[in-house]
Amino acid sequence: MTHVLLVLPLLIPLTTAAVSLLAWRGIALQRVLAVAGAAALLCAGVALLAYVWKNGICTTQAGAWPVPFGITLVADLFSALMVVLAGVVGLAVVVFSLGSIDRGRDAFGYYPLVHSLLLGVCGAFLTGDLFNLYVWFEVMLMSSFVLLALGGERPQLHGGIKYVTLNLVSSAVFLAAVAMLYGLTGTLNMADLARKLAGIQQPALVSAVGMLFLIAFGIKAAVFPLFFWLPASYHTPPGAVSALFAGLLTKVGVYALIRVFTLIFVGEMSFTHLLILVLSGLTMVTGVLGAMAQQEFRRVLSFHIISQIGYMTMGLGLAGLAESPAMASLALAGSIFYIAHHIIVKTNLFLVSSVARRLCGTFELKQQGGLYQAYPFLAVLFLVPAMSLAGLPPLSGFFAKLSLVQAGLGAGQYAIVATALLVSLLTMFSMTKIWAEAFWKALPEPSAPEASPQRLSTKPWLTLVLPIGALATLTIAIGLGAEAVFTLAMRAAQQLIHREEYIQAVLGGPT
Amino acid sequence: MTVAILSGFVLALLAPTLQRVADRRAGWALALLPLILSLYFATFLKAIGSGEVFHARHEWVPSLGIHLSFTLDGLSLLFALLINGMGVLVLVYAGGYMAGHPELGRLYAFLLMFMASMLGLVLADSLLVLFVFWELTSFSSYLLIGFDHDRADARAAALRALLVTGGGGLALMAGLLLLGQAGGSLELSSLTTQADTLREHPLATPALLLILVGAFTKSAQFPFHFWLPSAMEAPTPISAYLHSATMVKAGVYLLSRLSPVFAGSDVWIGTLTVVGGLTMLMGGWLALLQSDLKRILAYSTVSALGTLTMFLGIGGPLAVQAAMAFLLGHALYKGALFLVAGAVDHETGTRDVDRLSGLRRAMPFTALAAGISALSMAGLPPLFGFIAKELSYEATLGAAWSTCVTTAAVVTNILLVAAAGVVGLRPFLGQTLPTPKPAHEAPLSLLLGPLTLSVVSIASGLIPAMGVNELLSAASTSVLGQPADIDLALWHGVTPALGLSAITLLGGVGVFASRGLVRKSASCCGRVSSWGPAGWYELALRRMNGLAVGQTQLLQSGYLRYYLMMTVAATVGLTGYALLGRGTPATAWNWFDVKFYEVGLVALMLLATLGALLLKSRLAAVASLGVVGYCVSLVFVLYGAPDLAMTQFLVETLTVILFVLVFYHLPESRIVSETSARWRDAVLALVTGVLMTALVLVGTPENYPPISEYFVEHSVTRGHGRNIVNVILVDFRGLDTLGEITVLSVAAVGVHALLKLRRRSDSGSETSVAGPAPVEAAGMLTQKTPMGELHQEDRDAGDDRRGSSPIREGDKP
Repeated sequence: MTHVLLVLPLLIPLTTAAVSLLAWRGIALQRVLAVAGAAALLCAGVALLAYVWKNGICTTQAGAWPVPFGITLVADLFSALMVVLAGVVGLAVVVFSLGSIDRGRDAFGYYPLVHSLLLGVCGAFLTGDLFNLYVWFEVMLMSSFVLLALGGERPQLHGGIKYVTLNLVSSAVFLAAVAMLYGLTGTLNMADLARKLAGIQQPALVSAVGMLFLIAFGIKAAVFPLFFWLPASYHTPPGAVSALFAGLLTKVGVYALIRVFTLIFVGEMSFTHLLILVLSGLTMVTGVLGAMAQQEFRRVLSFHIISQIGYMTMGLGLAGLAESPAMASLALAGSIFYIAHHIIVKTNLFLVSSVARRLCGTFELKQQGGLYQAYPFLAVLFLVPAMSLAGLPPLSGFFAKLSLVQAGLGAGQYAIVATALLVSLLTMFSMTKIWAEAFWKALPEPSAPEASPQRLSTKPWLTLVLPIGALATLTIAIGLGAEAVFTLAMRAAQQLIHREEYIQAVLGGPT
Repeated sequence: MTVAILSGFVLALLAPTLQRVADRRAGWALALLPLILSLYFATFLKAIGSGEVFHARHEWVPSLGIHLSFTLDGLSLLFALLINGMGVLVLVYAGGYMAGHPELGRLYAFLLMFMASMLGLVLADSLLVLFVFWELTSFSSYLLIGFDHDRADARAAALRALLVTGGGGLALMAGLLLLGQAGGSLELSSLTTQADTLREHPLATPALLLILVGAFTKSAQFPFHFWLPSAMEAPTPISAYLHSATMVKAGVYLLSRLSPVFAGSDVWIGTLTVVGGLTMLMGGWLALLQSDLKRILAYSTVSALGTLTMFLGIGGPLAVQAAMAFLLGHALYKGALFLVAGAVDHETGTRDVDRLSGLRRAMPFTALAAGISALSMAGLPPLFGFIAKELSYEATLGAAWSTCVTTAAVVTNILLVAAAGVVGLRPFLGQTLPTPKPAHEAPLSLLLGPLTLSVVSIASGLIPAMGVNELLSAASTSVLGQPADIDLALWHGVTPALGLSAITLLGGVGVFASRGLVRKSASCCGRVSSWGPAGWYELALRRMNGLAVGQTQLLQSGYLRYYLMMTVAATVGLTGYALLGRGTPATAWNWFDVKFYEVGLVALMLLATLGALLLKSRLAAVASLGVVGYCVSLVFVLYGAPDLAMTQFLVETLTVILFVLVFYHLPESRIVSETSARWRDAVLALVTGVLMTALVLVGTPENYPPISEYFVEHSVTRGHGRNIVNVILVDFRGLDTLGEITVLSVAAVGVHALLKLRRRSDSGSETSVAGPAPVEAAGMLTQKTPMGELHQEDRDAGDDRRGSSPIREGDKP
C-alpha cells in the first residue's frame, strides 16, 4: 500500500504529461486530462498525508534495490504536506489556465509542461536520495524554463535567459556539492549521509560543503543575495504561469534547505544556522524594499515572494539556535506553517493580478483602477490573500507570523523578531498600495490608444474566479482553523527535529 | 457573549444584500442588532455592580496558546454598552446621512464588522484574542476612512491611519508576547493575579514600553496623534463612531486593562502622565486654531484622550474614577457634537464655522442637541460633563505634582470650553448667514442620535443613581483591581474643585470671545503645523521609498553579469569562510601520490583553459574549450571508465560542432568590457577555481566504502548486465534516468515551441504581443551563456529594474 501512495504523486503527473504529449493535436483532450490529472494528484497527496499522519514516515525503494544502493522514496509529514500543497496549486492553476491561456500556447504543449513541472516538484519532495533530488530539480528547471519562454515574446526570452543562467549556476554548485559528499561518505542516500557524516571529524569541511548546498538551494529559494533571477522573470509569462511559479518553485528550494539543514548538516549549527538567520533577515528587508520600489502589480508580488522566503528560512535558523527541542520544533513549525500559508496566498494573488490585468488592460498600477467599485466581489477576493500576506489576524498569515515571532522571542533573538515585524508593516504598506491603486482609485482615462478594447469585460469568468475563490476560502479556513494546520506543522517539525526517526525509517535497524 | 460578538460579523456579511432589499429602512433594521445587544449587556449591570464577573471560553489554537476566552466585568460592560449604544445611533444616522449612496451597503458591512471587532476587543480575556480584534478594528478603520475612495486625500488618510496604528499594533504584539513570556500566561485574568512578581521580571519594562507604543498610536497620543485629524476624511457617522466614541478609546481601554498589572511603576506613571498631559494641552490648543467643525472636534478628542491617559498614569481611586466618568461624559457629548456637525454639513453644505451662523431658526432641534452637548463639554451643571469635570479636578488636586497637573488641566479645559462654544453655539446663534445649500432641519434619522445623547447627558447628570453610578463604580473596580465605590452627585458643596470650575468657565468665555485674535496671532507665528509629527511621517515615508528605490536599483540592476558576479562571490565567500575562516583544516594530501602523466594532463587542461579565455578568434576559443573536454575524458580513461570517456568525447565533439554552426548567426566578436572589469572577473574566476580545488583536496575520500562496490558485485548476478554503467542507469538508479528522459522530452518541446510558436495577434493573451524571429532568439541564448559577457547594449533584459524607472525598454515591443 505504501508503495502505491508514494509512487502515485510521481506517476500521475508523469502519465498525464506523457499522454498529453502523445495527444499533441487533441487540445480538448489535453485540457480535460490536465484538470483530471491535477485533481488526481491532489487526491493522491491527501491520501499520502493521511497515511503518514496515521502510520508515521513511510518509505519505498525504487526497483526494490536495498538501501542505500537504490533510490529511496520517503514521505514524512513535511514532504506529504508539500505534495498536497503542490496538488492544490496545480489544480487551481490548471483550472485558471482553461480560461486564460491563449490557443497558441495551448497548442504547443502548455498542459504537459505544467504536469512535468508538477512531476519535478513532487519528485523533489518525495525523494530520499540526494542525486535523485538533483534530477528532479533538473526536471523542474527545464519545465519551468520552457513554460517561462513558451510564447517567445521578447520580455519572456529576456527574463528566461536570466532565469536559466542563474539556475544553471545553482545546478552546477549542487552537483559539485553532491560529488563532495559522495567523496566523503561514499553514499547518496540522505539518511545514510546523515548517519555517516556524523562520523567525520572535520566540521569545517562538512560545513563548507553545507555552504555549497546553502548556495545551490538558496538560489532556488531566492534568498539574499541570490534572488536576482526571480524579479527578472516572474512578471513576463502569462498570469497562470507566474502563479504556478510563485506558488511552487521557490518553496522547493526552501524545502530542500530545511531538509538538508535539519537532516544532514546539523553538526555546526551555531555557525550554519546563525548564518541562515542573518541571511533570512537580509532577505526579508531587501525583498520588501524591492517591492516598495515597484509600480507594477506582478513585480510588487514578485519581490514579496523574496521577502517572505526570509520568514520561512527564519524558522529554520531559529530551530538551529534554539535551546530546547520544543523551541526548535516551534520555530520549524512556524516555517512549515508559513510555507503552507504562503503557497496558497501567493498563488492566489498572482491569479488576482492576472484577472486585474484582463479587466484593466495592464499590469501597471498607475493605469489600473476602479476595480473596487465595479467588482466588489473580486475586491474581497484580493483583500483576503493580500491582508493574509500582511499578517492581518485572523487570516492564515497572522498565525504564521505569530508562531515565528514567538519562537524568536523564546530564543531571545530580538533583532530578527524586530525585523520580521517591521517587514510585515512594510508588506502591509505595499499591499495597500495595490489596493489603493488598482481597486480604490477610479480608473484613469486611457491616455494611450493601446488600451485594449476588452477593458472591464471578461468572458470565461467562472474558470477564473472559481480557483481564486477556492484559494481565498482556504486562506480563511487555515486562519480560523489554525489549530488543525498548526498541529500538523508541529508534528511535521517534531519529525524533522528528531531526525533519528527519519533515519531509522529509511535505513531500518534499532532506534 | 461569544454569540454577541460573532453576530456582528455575520450581519456584516449580510448587510449589502439587506441594503439592496430594504433600501431606506436598512439602517433601522440593522440597528436592531446593537439595540438587542445593548439590552442584553444592560441585563448584566446588576450582577456586575455587585462584583460578579462573567467568563466564556472556547478552544481556538491551543497549540499557540490562543484560547477564545472572554470576560465581562465592569470595564468591559461600560465599553460594551458604549459600543452598542453608539452603534444603534450611528447605523440609523448613516442610513439618513448616506441615503442613496451606491456603496451604502458596504458602509454598513464595514461598520458592523468594526462594531463586532470592537466588542471582541473589550471582552477578550486572552491577550492574543484582544490583539486579533485590535488589528481588525485598525483594518475596518482603514476601509472606512477610505470610504470616499475616489479622492486621493481619503486614500492617503486611510493609509496614514493604518500605518500608524498598524505599526503600533506590531509593537503591541511583541509587547504582549513578551508579557506573556514574563507571566507564563496570555490570559489577562491570570496575569493580574500575579502582578507583583510580574513587575519584577526583567522583561516587564520592555514589554510595557512596547505595549504603550501600541496604545498611544491607537489612542492618538503625542507624537502619534496626527493620524486622527486626517482621519476626518471619513464620512461623519464614521468619525463620530470610530474616531471619537469608540475605536480611539481602545488604547485607553488597554491601559485601563493593564492598570492592575503595571499601575504605580515609575515607567508607567512617568510616561503616561507626561505623554497624556502633553497630548491634552496640545489637542486643546490645536482645536482652537481650526475652523472646520470636524477638525475642531478631532483635536478636542485628541485632548480628551490625553486627559484619560494622564489620569490612568496618575492612578489611584480618585483619578481612575475621574477617568471613567470623563470617558462616559466625553463619549456622550462628543458623539452628539460629531453627529450635529454631520447634520449641519448635510443640510447646509459646509462645515466651516466662519460661514455658519444663526442656524437655530432653520434647524431648531439640531441646535437644541448641539447646545446641550456643548454645555456638557464646557462642564456646566446639570449636565454629566459637569460631574466629570468636578471629579477630574479632585483627582488632579490629589495627584503628585498637583500644581503642575492641575494647571495643565485648567488650561486645557479653558481651551475646550472655548472650543465647545465654537462648535456647539456659534453656528446656531447670531445672524443667519447664507450657506451653499439653503439650510433646513435634518430628518429624523439624523436627529435621533444627537437628541438621544443629549437626553442621556442630562439624565445621567441629574440622576446618576439611575445606573450610571453603578456602571462607573464597577468599571473603576476593574481598573483598580479592588472595590471602588463612586458616589456621583451634582453638588459636592463648596470645594476647591468648584472654584476651579468657575475659573475654567470664565476663562473659557474669555478665550471664546477673543478667539479671532488667538487664531490670527497663531497663524502669524506658525508654519508650526508643517513641522511636527505629520511632517516626520511624510518625510519618513519619502525616505523609505527613496531607500527602496536606491537599494533596488543597486541590487536588481538589470545586468545579468552583476547577478552572476554576486552569486559566484557569495558562493566563494560563504564556502571559503566556512572552510578556512575559522582555522586551517587538515589535509591528507600527499605529493608522492602524483604521477607524472597526471601532471601533464593537468598542465594541458590549464593551458587550454587559458587559450579559451585569451584567444581572439571565436573558433579558436571554442576549439580550446574542446581540448579541456577531451582532457576530462582522458581522466575518465585513466581511472578506468572507458564508456564515460566515450560519452564525454562525443558530447564535446557535438558541442564544438553546434557552436560552429551557431557562429554563423552571431555578430562580429569583439571585447566590450573594460580592462578593470576583466581583471575583476579574472580574479573572481581564479578564486572560485582555487576554492573548488581546495575543497576537493581537503575532502579526504574513503572514510566509508562507497556504494559503487555493491553495483560491481551485483551487476551480473542481480542486474543481469555486464556493462555496469548501463545497469546503474537503467536498473539500480533507473528513476534518475526516467527523470533525465523527462528533461530531454521537455527540452524537445521547448525547442519546438521556440522555433514554431510565433505569437499571432489572437485575443486572450496576457502579455504583450511580440514576435522575435527564432534565429534572434537562438542568438540571444548563445550570446549570454554563463561564459559570455553580456553586451552593454543588451541591457534591457525584461527590465527587472525598478518599475517606476522612466526608461523601460524591453517591456513593450
